[in-house]
Amino acid sequence: MKNLKMMAALGLLLASTGAWAEYGLNMTPGVTEFSQIAYGLHMKILWICVAIGVLVFGVMIYSMIAHRKSKGAQPAQFSHSTTAEIVWTIIPILILVYMAYPATKALITMEAPRDKADLIVKVTGFQWRWRYDYLNEDVSFISSLDAESNRVRQLKSGEDPSQVKDYLLNVDHPLVLPVGKQVKFLLTADDVIHSWWVPALGWKRDAIPGFVNEAWTKIEKPGIYRGQCAELCGRDHGFMPIVIKAVTPEEFEAWVAEQKKSAVAGRVQPIADQS
Amino acid sequence: MTTAERYYVPHGSHWPIVGTFGMMTLVIGLANLFNGHDWGIYLAYVGVAAILFMLWGWFGDQIHESLKGLYSKQVDVSYRMGMTWFIFSEVMFFAAFFGALFYTREYSIPWLGGEGAGAWTNFILWNGYEATWPSNGPAGIGGDFETIPAWGVPFLNTLILLTSGLTITLAHWAVKKQKQLQQVVWLAATVALGAIFLYFQAHEYMEAYNELNLTLSSGIYGSTFFMLTGFHGLHVTLGTIMLIVITFRAAKGHFTPENHFAFEAVAWYWHFVDVVWLGLFIFVYVL
Amino acid sequence: MSSVAHAEGHDHKPEGFLDRWLFTTNHKDIGTLYLVFSLTMFIIGGAMAMVIRAELFMPGMQLVDPAFFNQMTTMHALIMVFGAVMPAFVGLANWMIPMMVGAPDMALPRMNNWSFWILPFAFTMLLSTLFMDGGAPAAGWTLYPPLVLQGGNSFAFAIFAVHLLGISSIMGAINIIATILNMRAPGMNLLNMPLFVWTWLITAFLLIAVMPVLAGGVTMLLTDKFFGTSFFNAAGGGDPVMYQHIFWFFGHPEVYIMILPAFGVVSEILPTFSRKPLFGYTSMVYASASIAFLSFIVWSHHMFTVGMPLGGELFFMYATMVIAVPTGVKIFNWVATMWKGAMTFETPMLFAVGFVIMFTIGGFSGLMLAIAPADFQYHDTYFVVAHFHYVLVTGAVYAIMAGVYYWLPKWTGHMYDERLGKIHFWWSTIAVNVLFFPQHFLGLAGMPRRIPDYSVQFAEFNMISSIGGFAFGLAQIFFVYIVWKTVKGGKPAEARAWEGAKGLEWTVPSPAPHHTFETPPEIKPDMIAHPSNAH
Ligand code: HEA
Ligand code: HEA
Ligand code: CUA
Ligand SMILES: [Cu+2]
Repeated sequence: MKNLKMMAALGLLLASTGAWAEYGLNMTPGVTEFSQIAYGLHMKILWICVAIGVLVFGVMIYSMIAHRKSKGAQPAQFSHSTTAEIVWTIIPILILVYMAYPATKALITMEAPRDKADLIVKVTGFQWRWRYDYLNEDVSFISSLDAESNRVRQLKSGEDPSQVKDYLLNVDHPLVLPVGKQVKFLLTADDVIHSWWVPALGWKRDAIPGFVNEAWTKIEKPGIYRGQCAELCGRDHGFMPIVIKAVTPEEFEAWVAEQKKSAVAGRVQPIADQS
Repeated sequence: MTTAERYYVPHGSHWPIVGTFGMMTLVIGLANLFNGHDWGIYLAYVGVAAILFMLWGWFGDQIHESLKGLYSKQVDVSYRMGMTWFIFSEVMFFAAFFGALFYTREYSIPWLGGEGAGAWTNFILWNGYEATWPSNGPAGIGGDFETIPAWGVPFLNTLILLTSGLTITLAHWAVKKQKQLQQVVWLAATVALGAIFLYFQAHEYMEAYNELNLTLSSGIYGSTFFMLTGFHGLHVTLGTIMLIVITFRAAKGHFTPENHFAFEAVAWYWHFVDVVWLGLFIFVYVL
Repeated sequence: MSSVAHAEGHDHKPEGFLDRWLFTTNHKDIGTLYLVFSLTMFIIGGAMAMVIRAELFMPGMQLVDPAFFNQMTTMHALIMVFGAVMPAFVGLANWMIPMMVGAPDMALPRMNNWSFWILPFAFTMLLSTLFMDGGAPAAGWTLYPPLVLQGGNSFAFAIFAVHLLGISSIMGAINIIATILNMRAPGMNLLNMPLFVWTWLITAFLLIAVMPVLAGGVTMLLTDKFFGTSFFNAAGGGDPVMYQHIFWFFGHPEVYIMILPAFGVVSEILPTFSRKPLFGYTSMVYASASIAFLSFIVWSHHMFTVGMPLGGELFFMYATMVIAVPTGVKIFNWVATMWKGAMTFETPMLFAVGFVIMFTIGGFSGLMLAIAPADFQYHDTYFVVAHFHYVLVTGAVYAIMAGVYYWLPKWTGHMYDERLGKIHFWWSTIAVNVLFFPQHFLGLAGMPRRIPDYSVQFAEFNMISSIGGFAFGLAQIFFVYIVWKTVKGGKPAEARAWEGAKGLEWTVPSPAPHHTFETPPEIKPDMIAHPSNAH
């Protein structure tokens, strides 16, 4: 009985994930084609798994209730059925094929090379900041955890993180990107492996020292999108967030122009130890 | 039931703990050495000594038990299985290094050179680097170097090891035919061939270091070359020591046509070392 | 045919403490050593998990500094995987396999001792790194370069510890294979063996195949750091990602090494308490073998985000998904075993049933992770953490506990306290779900793993998870108490401690004598746990 209740509770919890999305229970659909693909796939596979789970656990729980010795059940003695074995081999295979098809399509879409890039951004991870170079614009800067979060996150700072806006998810210089444009990222690292991840874009990709990884995005909606380094990169791995400020192409042009004007300030500054 | 028909279960042994002590001392010594404490090496020596002592004692016990006739056929089979699976584990150990060789040659070097997915890697980070083999990477770590031509000493070494495979088989036949003198002679020949192989390899290493500037730190070529041939050489060394032991045991007449597992184990090991060398010769030297 | 010959032809336990434990060649004593060691490591590793959960209880850094947090994560995993779960299964194997196949002892008893005694020393060395300059290794249990190469004095010690654990595992595995293939009593055919024996046979093969590869990989780390090699350095023509290929070539089979024996234990327990033969014995054997085979060709699903070519991602995605099929076969067979049985729910059964349900939940999340485009989101988040704790804690650890409760009467001669056992189960099960279920939500909402502090939006679920964690930890202290109490005394156990139990181990007295099967037993059909020919 207890099992039954547990399972019911579990089912409920899962069933309501969609509705609870705002409370940070589920993946978000994001603001790019890729992120929506990933979200769609995620929900699809999740529901299939829930369905299989309900079925399998349902049978199990029924059996545990009905076929117990205390109810006077007599054990059957069957131990083998080729038909059953074939059925429960074939059906999962079919289900898997059904899952693999959209997954393959999605992967091909996401990994296909794009013919044109409106903008190329080189992203370099290093301990523990990100450096962005707009390759065709001659704009580059380093983006690190904002000062306030950095102060509060010190061991036993005694300050209340909930008083900090976007605690640990804010940076001094966000990455500014135009919406509706094809942006190409070239990811690499200077010291150890990092991973560049903004959930709203729908992917993460490792930044590996000595190699360059490519990735794409086309952001659909202006807004602020936050993410974090997603590969353990040492002591302050937890403190190298990513912030994208997605703006209209016009605003973007204006921003670039301004950056170029204040070129000196925008140039990469020597890296001071942050801790 | 005679003793030899029963499965022999030894009653306690202090050798394993001696071995553990040896291993621990060895690695603690080495770790300290690597961390810059010179005294570590002495600890490592103690460890090696303890391990040798353990091997001496443990194998001694087993030889003693074997000669006393305590081992049944079934015990023999256990030992055979143990040895077989041990060799399999060694194969997998080498597989890791061969894998590294294939991976760097097939993937990382070409990518660094701009092939396939590496266009941007090459353009942004290593502009001008061309994927070739041998290579010490885009930064040319370790400086220019030359490689050892396959058809000189390495080829000779191949012949030597192949011949040694033959001589040990001849020794095996001698065991089966109970020809003790032949056993010893062929085993001694195998030992000699092993030793010659090692001599040549040592020579080759000296040449590589002194004349070719090919070192362990010559980028990925040097890394894979020395780690593969080095671990192989280590195995040849161990194999040769085992062969020496076996030769002495043959001289003492320990092996009978029915009961000579120790001999066979060493022979298997030797063949395994031989096969690894063939792989090395082809993939490291020739190709 | 064969039977035991003792050096001095007597049969009593060695007298002195050292003789009994340090120099032992007895599979039962060595099994006990393994199990006690494993429990110790479980508590140490668990204490580290408690540190992790305590720091994550609230946003903000309250207790430990980030570097130490990383050391805790790394050591927690290394200790749990290599110190707790693997030795526990080897302990069960040592105790049970000779008894299950009718062997006098393990095939290579002295080496058996060696396999064990390496472990406490190697772990002492590994733990001692906590007190070294720069602390313990902190690059995650996966030890990825280049990060791991930044490690301080602990680095070399950690690498050598891994070498030693590898050697120990390989020797243990060789022993198990030789025992199973060579020491079976006449009449115990391969397809008559209990599934626990089968799954261990396959596991041992996996161990021998992959532990050396790990050894090779960490050796390369060592030479990269100390001898100037360039295996994982692009400047010299190597590739940091190559390490990941090597590691996961080991690492993925490794996770099945931790689950296959668990499948075996559960396949022993479910029939016993269902009082019904195991359903689909042969297909269980084939499914286990298929899982083992597939485990060699899926490793890169841990690396979907490193930038592999499309073909590679597709291949590894498909291969990974296929594992759901043989695993599904096992789940369905277990359900069919329970179906129309006459079930009772003693503690081992509760843990086994808990295993089936919660392992499956972990399997489902595994399947979701296998979908590469979705894994671009899931990877390195708490969703992954939730996945592997479901398969490892409510999977492997639950199976170990089930096995301990199941065989404890055979080992000690006493029945454990059933009421306490049931309390332990329900307490653990509720707590463990409070602990790990919310981690799915955290991951999906975007919380990366291996971080000591997080944004306030993740606060609630982290607090819930931590509370579940402390509760689960306390439940395990309780477990230690139950086991201790059973060792000290309790209702005497019969030879066949469970009404429905089949198999050779239940034909010998409880506690099992120091030496079982001096002469090989005569196998009668009703002694075989799962008669595969019963069509
Ligand atoms: C005991 C350990 C164990 C087990 C058994 C598994 C089982 C599986 N694991 Fe898991 N896994 C780990 C331990 C384990 N894993 C660990 C430790 C990590 C993280 C390592 C690290 O990074 O530190 C990890 C990470 C991990 C990843 C990488 C995630 C990432 O880092 O991004 C992936 C991706 O594919 C994955 C997949 C799977 C799959 C598909 C299975 C399958 O075997 C599951 C199969 C089972 C089922 C599917 C359920 C039962 C089946 C049915 C009821 C049949 C019908 C079902 C269908 C048709 C869907 N695992
Ligand atoms: C078999 C393997 C295994 C087991 C059993 C466990 C058991 C547990 N694990 Fe772990 N875990 C891993 C394998 C395992 N884990 C791996 C491989 C990783 C990845 C590491 C990496 O990223 O590199 C990981 C990472 C990991 C993380 C993520 C850390 C991070 O990303 O930073 C967390 C966080 O909650 C966690 C928690 C726990 C908890 C609470 C338990 C509990 O089940 C433990 C319960 C046991 C006890 C608590 C012991 C008994 C009681 C006491 C010691 C008394 C003290 C009790 C109290 C004070 C209440 N584990
Ligand atoms: Cu950078 Cu983690
Ligand atoms: Cu895996």
